[in-house]
Amino acid sequence: MAKVLFGGIMKEASLEMLPDANIDDYVLVHVGVAISKVDEEEAQKTFKYLEEIGELGDLTDVDEYLPKTN
Amino acid sequence: MKYMSEYRDPELAKKYLEEIKNTVSRPWSIMEVCGGQTHSLVKNGIIDMLPDSITMIHGPGCPVCVTPLNLIDKAVYLASEKEVILCSFGDMLRVPGSQKSLLEVKAEGADVRILYSPLEAVKIAEDNPDREVVFFAVGFETTAPANALSVVHAHRRGVKNYSILASHVLVPPAIKAVIDDEESKIDGFLAAGHVCTIMGNAEYHPISAKYKVPIVVTGFEPLDVLQGILMVIRQLEQSKSSVENQYARIVREDGNLEAQKVINEVFEVRNQMWRGIGEIPESGYAVREKYAEFDAAKKYNVTIDEAPENPDCISGQIMKGIKKPFECSQFGKKCKPTNPLGAPMVSSEGACAAYYHFSGLVEA
Repeated sequence: MAKVLFGGIMKEASLEMLPDANIDDYVLVHVGVAISKVDEEEAQKTFKYLEEIGELGDLTDVDEYLPKTN
Repeated sequence: MKYMSEYRDPELAKKYLEEIKNTVSRPWSIMEVCGGQTHSLVKNGIIDMLPDSITMIHGPGCPVCVTPLNLIDKAVYLASEKEVILCSFGDMLRVPGSQKSLLEVKAEGADVRILYSPLEAVKIAEDNPDREVVFFAVGFETTAPANALSVVHAHRRGVKNYSILASHVLVPPAIKAVIDDEESKIDGFLAAGHVCTIMGNAEYHPISAKYKVPIVVTGFEPLDVLQGILMVIRQLEQSKSSVENQYARIVREDGNLEAQKVINEVFEVRNQMWRGIGEIPESGYAVREKYAEFDAAKKYNVTIDEAPENPDCISGQIMKGIKKPFECSQFGKKCKPTNPLGAPMVSSEGACAAYYHFSGLVEA
């Protein structure tokens, strides 16, 4: 079991589903089990998306510039 | 970055709304599958700020709401047994069974406990060797790994007095069922980000291709939902239909392989009854024979008669997106969170509860 800080509250969570999690990682915890690690680069894309589609608005195929599907 | 409050920025939300308005040229109906997204849409007022030409249809994505009445009656029956400690998530306790809810049997003296995690239930079983601990394990794919893990822990530690009453539901078959329903008319979907965190996106590609619908895997914060809606609309306006991932900071294309492994170890796919909707093929999980001793359905072979639903509750139509909560004659009148007639008024992810708490339509 690992200790996870939820905005000031420390709780225990299982890392069995996330064996490569490290100290200081941001993780998603669901019912006491950590299930995903936040991808910090992908996390920026919501803030940049409008800018990206704005610049590319006139092109017919914008798919390759949209947030990647993987 | 905290990866939460940043996704609630009102200024960027306004820009997203602006872009949505500029992109839409005709009416579209979009279903958000997950109750968490319904909650976000209603609580944050997004639903009132979207252009009139966009109709958000609230999907069946509330596990508590679709847990069969018969199974709730079974849990109530087990909880009434002297040796049983019945544990579940908080929402499950207030859902009305045909006679009583778990909360009511608790008030009558039954040992019913609200837990944060099924892993705690295994510990309670170890601490109470002369009692039987049953965890009422409801949930979508997101919750399945934790429930499966509790069984693996109990097995590994030789705990004999632990079992789960499983009512697991799976999202992709439900999306197909919703599209196939003749009454529903949905142009695009926001898929549930946390379900895909576990299962990945692979199951959605064939659905998107077969039915020619855009499916965007979407998160739960206001900006996530707005971006997801914009991505669906952009596809629709360009006559495209593919799977995109708005929630890539959390969801990997393949999902969480460790979690899938433990699910497959403990569960196998079966046909599943959805309360208010009916049976959907291959849309649930049963405990595998290997772990039969941890399967409460087998351990306590009780037959509970099927009881009729409350005739005043239209939850089936609500969960298929055919009717909105305020179109129900009982909404906010006989049916309130303090006295729910059906599950969508109970759960924090239920559409009726979300409308009751946040829409301001109750007094209208």
